[in-house]
Amino acid sequence: MAAKTAQTKVGVSMPLGLKPEALLDWYYKMVLIRTLDERAWALNRMGKVGFVASCRGHEGAQVGSASVMRPGVDFILPYYRDMGVAITIGLTPKEHMLSLLAKVEDVNSRGRQMPGHWGDQSLRIISGSSPVATQVPHAAGIAYASKLRGEDAVTIVYFGDGATSRGDTHEGMNFAGIHKLPVIFLCEFNGLAISVPQEKQMAVQNVAVRAQGYGFPGVTVDGTDVLAVYEATKEAWDRARRGEGPTFIECKVQRMLPHSSDDDDRRYRSPEEMEEMRKRDPLERFRGYLREAGILDEAMESEIRARAKREVDEANDYAERAPDPAPEDLLTHLYAE
Amino acid sequence: MAVKMVIEAVREALHEEMKRDDRVIVMGEDVGRDGGVFRVTEGLLREYGEGRVIDSPLAESSIVGVAVGMSLNGLIPVAEIQFADFIYSAVDQIISEAAKMRYRSGGAFSCPMVVRTPYGGGVRGGLYHSQSVEAVFANTPGLKIVAPTTPYDVKGLLKASIRDPDPVLFLEHKRTYRLIRGEVPEEEYVLPIGKADIKRPGKDLTVVSYGLMLHFSLEAAERLSKEGVDVEVVDPRTLVPLDKETILGSVKKTGKALVVYEANRTAGFGAEIAATIAEEAFDYLDGPVTRLASPDVPAMPYNAKLEALFLPNVDRISEAMRKLAGY
Repeated sequence: MAAKTAQTKVGVSMPLGLKPEALLDWYYKMVLIRTLDERAWALNRMGKVGFVASCRGHEGAQVGSASVMRPGVDFILPYYRDMGVAITIGLTPKEHMLSLLAKVEDVNSRGRQMPGHWGDQSLRIISGSSPVATQVPHAAGIAYASKLRGEDAVTIVYFGDGATSRGDTHEGMNFAGIHKLPVIFLCEFNGLAISVPQEKQMAVQNVAVRAQGYGFPGVTVDGTDVLAVYEATKEAWDRARRGEGPTFIECKVQRMLPHSSDDDDRRYRSPEEMEEMRKRDPLERFRGYLREAGILDEAMESEIRARAKREVDEANDYAERAPDPAPEDLLTHLYAE
Repeated sequence: MAVKMVIEAVREALHEEMKRDDRVIVMGEDVGRDGGVFRVTEGLLREYGEGRVIDSPLAESSIVGVAVGMSLNGLIPVAEIQFADFIYSAVDQIISEAAKMRYRSGGAFSCPMVVRTPYGGGVRGGLYHSQSVEAVFANTPGLKIVAPTTPYDVKGLLKASIRDPDPVLFLEHKRTYRLIRGEVPEEEYVLPIGKADIKRPGKDLTVVSYGLMLHFSLEAAERLSKEGVDVEVVDPRTLVPLDKETILGSVKKTGKALVVYEANRTAGFGAEIAATIAEEAFDYLDGPVTRLASPDVPAMPYNAKLEALFLPNVDRISEAMRKLAGY
């Protein structure tokens, strides 16, 4: 079951009631996220950044869904591939760079966690760990508390297809279904748990069918289409706010790079597969749409790229000069001080 | 002061804290309609309603995982794991999540929550309703472990655990629920986490013990006093953080230390207490720091005779005391 794909023809009115400025803002974010990701890999190859888990190929799902959420009001539980979610919600490139370089000013963790472990109290981005799916029951608990107090905050929790195999995903969704909680489960489905393909992870084509077993709707959308993801998430968000309970959104995406900077995906993906995959780049797709719709032209395009590069350069320079944690930082913030 | 059972102390603490602070909620298997399989949570559902007293699905990882989420959004959950033996499927949520939240976020996030669980044996619970799990969690910085065993301590420390800003694993020895009685003040009180209590002063020998073994040790100490050996019994009450000062102070006075615990001997929490004494009171010791614990088999068998063989008892504790006193 695919959600309606937004109009992509020239001359039609803006889809989903959005203004061209909003779409250009999304595009800027997608370019910025791509530029940050490229910089992270460059710094990794230079030996300055120890670890990168890339969001490349997932940007449509991440920007499209996170754009629905209200920063600082709705609760966001990303997983390690969600740089695009964190940036869309409001994490700055500078904050991301500080985390890549594990500096003490890193808002996510004071340089304690590997990059990709987001957390920002003021943006309600909830701190995450590395074992997959542990954040799914957290989302249910957060949403339960909002509902108990009669607040209208919506909680969105992100995870990959690998995480759908874990018990915590089942337990968290089951709890949310029982209590009709205002929560959105968003699976970024790239069909690989590091190297293990979909057919060795599950016996279903679309994992969203599992939602039926928890008593709430599940939808499968093309996660490379930022507009389609926005639309599906907006619908789920409205449902949550109307008190109708959770929604499971499965976004089919491509993981365009290896699992991480320590992985070599040539061991398990053929050159043909990789070639096919590159054709489903969400950034290229959205750019094509904007150009065709007459929202974006050549000049704007180069201005956007230059702006993103400038922002990343500044963030990079700042973060490289920023201090490391002091030795005494090793022992702080274990218990309330 | 009224004399109460341990189980009443737990129940009163929960009632009082839920009444005092509407952020406190209780969640677990059978805690609502049934009032808990031990009747610990009796009356809570009627008093505070379904929103705050949650009969959860039979799924330990989400009992703790959902509680973690609640604690991140302004509630103070008291999650019950029906038997400590069932806690293992929640280990990831306790160790990777609740315990590490504050440290991993550089102090930005925290999990003020309690996981309560009945542990320990001597109730014919067999392999899976008798285990002592404290050592599994004691090697987890970020978590506190509180394990009191008198009604007074249980009530005061459960209230303190609920008010604590960090996650607490609260261990209740199920054999003591209806076995141990003691005076509990009518008026409000809270005890500090991390303070041991000298349950019996003495000058010849120190016993450090907690749980059911604390009560057996006190009985053994009475027996030894008739033989002219004056035993001091120290109850740590809190395992993490451990009140080393009180324990070491006692050992420095008596020069002899026996640690009695119900868990398996090897790498049990008593081994940590023994190591601390050996390292930090070495100059004062007048005999080997001794451990008395259960054998290294998975847990106590269901068969009554084997169960009795598994658990240290008053006779064996007395014997260990005599041997150590002889140095």
